[in-house]
Amino acid sequence: MSIMKARDNRGGGQGSALLLSSHQMKEKGFASFLLFAGISVLLVLGAFFVTMILQSWPLFRETGLGFFTTLRWAPMENEYSVLPFLAGTLMTSLLSILIAFPFSMALSILLGEYLKTGPFAAAFKSVTELLAGIPSVIYGFWGIMILMPLIQSLQIKLGMIPYGVGVLTASLILSLMIIPYAASLGRDVISMVPGELKEAAYAMGATRWEVIFHVTLPYARSGITAGFFLALGRAVGETMAVTMLIGNSNFIPKGIFSPANTMASVIANEFGEADGLHTTALIAVGLVLMLLTGLINYAGKSIMKRFQVGG
Amino acid sequence: MKNPSVRRRVFKERLFRLTVFVLASLVVVPLAFLLGYIVKKGIGVVNWNFLFSMPAGVGESGGGIVHSLAGTLLLIVIAVALSVPVAVATALFINDHPKNRISRLIRFTVDMLQGIPSIIMGIVVYLWVVLPMKNFSALAGGVALGIMMLPIVIKSTEETLKMVPESLKEASMALGAPYYKTVLHVILPAGLSGILTGILLGVSRIAGETAPLLFTAFGNPFLNTNIFKPVDALPLLIYNYSTSPYPEWHSLAWGASFILVAFVLILNLITRLVVKKWQIKY
Repeated sequence: MSIMKARDNRGGGQGSALLLSSHQMKEKGFASFLLFAGISVLLVLGAFFVTMILQSWPLFRETGLGFFTTLRWAPMENEYSVLPFLAGTLMTSLLSILIAFPFSMALSILLGEYLKTGPFAAAFKSVTELLAGIPSVIYGFWGIMILMPLIQSLQIKLGMIPYGVGVLTASLILSLMIIPYAASLGRDVISMVPGELKEAAYAMGATRWEVIFHVTLPYARSGITAGFFLALGRAVGETMAVTMLIGNSNFIPKGIFSPANTMASVIANEFGEADGLHTTALIAVGLVLMLLTGLINYAGKSIMKRFQVGG
Repeated sequence: MKNPSVRRRVFKERLFRLTVFVLASLVVVPLAFLLGYIVKKGIGVVNWNFLFSMPAGVGESGGGIVHSLAGTLLLIVIAVALSVPVAVATALFINDHPKNRISRLIRFTVDMLQGIPSIIMGIVVYLWVVLPMKNFSALAGGVALGIMMLPIVIKSTEETLKMVPESLKEASMALGAPYYKTVLHVILPAGLSGILTGILLGVSRIAGETAPLLFTAFGNPFLNTNIFKPVDALPLLIYNYSTSPYPEWHSLAWGASFILVAFVLILNLITRLVVKKWQIKY
């Protein structure tokens, strides 16, 4: 109030019409500042797409659709193809989701049904939050030090070349990284299932697992699916830990033990030293990555929204 | 309970519960091991010399990480300074016009922005900032991290602004205060905790990011505080040292990992305190 009073006094003899107009101007200025900020956020995303498309355009002009149809990435010979990396990305991320699925389902059922409150639930929650906060590069470092030797000795036992790095190693670390995220999404979804439905089932004499399997999970199914889509989106875009553990080979992986490259890891590895068409090709790989994650996240978000509205 | 069908169902229930507990605890094992390993390997490395001196040469023992600590702080300051004003203003706009078409578009954009892989941030900011300025720089790194922070701060601020009661706004307007004063003197102070929470969450999220810095801040073995020159950062140092063949550097990387995890953990604890202490309650 004191500020306004001071302003009134300063306005003094000039009458209140002028005062009002200066307030109105500030009001308008403020409103347009807010609008400007909002629009700048829109522009950032728009400019992201425009930049990526424009910067990768020369590659498509030069090689046409070869980028999506050939199988060879050989920058020295000016041959570029996204397929080895698309294959590597899909293999690592799907494998990691597959590994993460039983564990994160168990965690979300445990936290959403069995241990809703109490010290255990709080401890679980803190630990999962803490793990979600550990930077990707540290997961990668730990993977190099602990997981790589384990996989190497497994490969020796199986009579294979002990690379230690490869699709499986990267997927294992990835699954460890996405379990906390998928589990916390799953817990939220499971705890949103209406109590009356479960109580009705209990009242009819159902055991707990019958309630979970026949009431809770069917009801929460779309929400859980959405959670896995969102986790998949993370796995696809994850860079550092994968770059450190996948072995960086630019061929389509032959199996889960073979070294490969994901779209994100090839960019992290080669972008710094690339020039000319090579840079352009890497930006094109980035564009594909961006569209893929965008699509997966959009699918996840819209399924989740429908679940929340329905529930 | 003698009924065999009931007994079978109860048995199934027990089996299921056991499976859930076993699977859930199986996850906790590697994760606890990971945390324990970081602490075990890292805490012995951390001392005064480690925190406040420059790195030693290859093969020499000792040496510190002061250059990357300073770099990380510089990057965080730049990212916060660039993103927070835009984020808070955007959240205010969405909150003022919740049903507006632009607001809906902004919400969608924020969701999409949050899903963009961090390495893409690196490429785009390289094209936007590094190429025109012909130099890797702390500024470029800060821009990349700032864009990553935007969605987090916008969402957290928006959530808080929703909880500021309408009656507060009405009271201020009824006193004749213009809307911008209502926002600056009533709404924002009431929502301060949420904005702070968002900033802290955002900082703890970007503090460990490596991928967006690879082609922007780039890394620098020397101490640098000039925002137009490349700087080192803790995650960059961990990446470079951990992929090197020298055991001395590996142990430095563990020390840096410990510092980074401790920093993120402390930020999370402060966030919780802020949430608890300054909850909106009217």
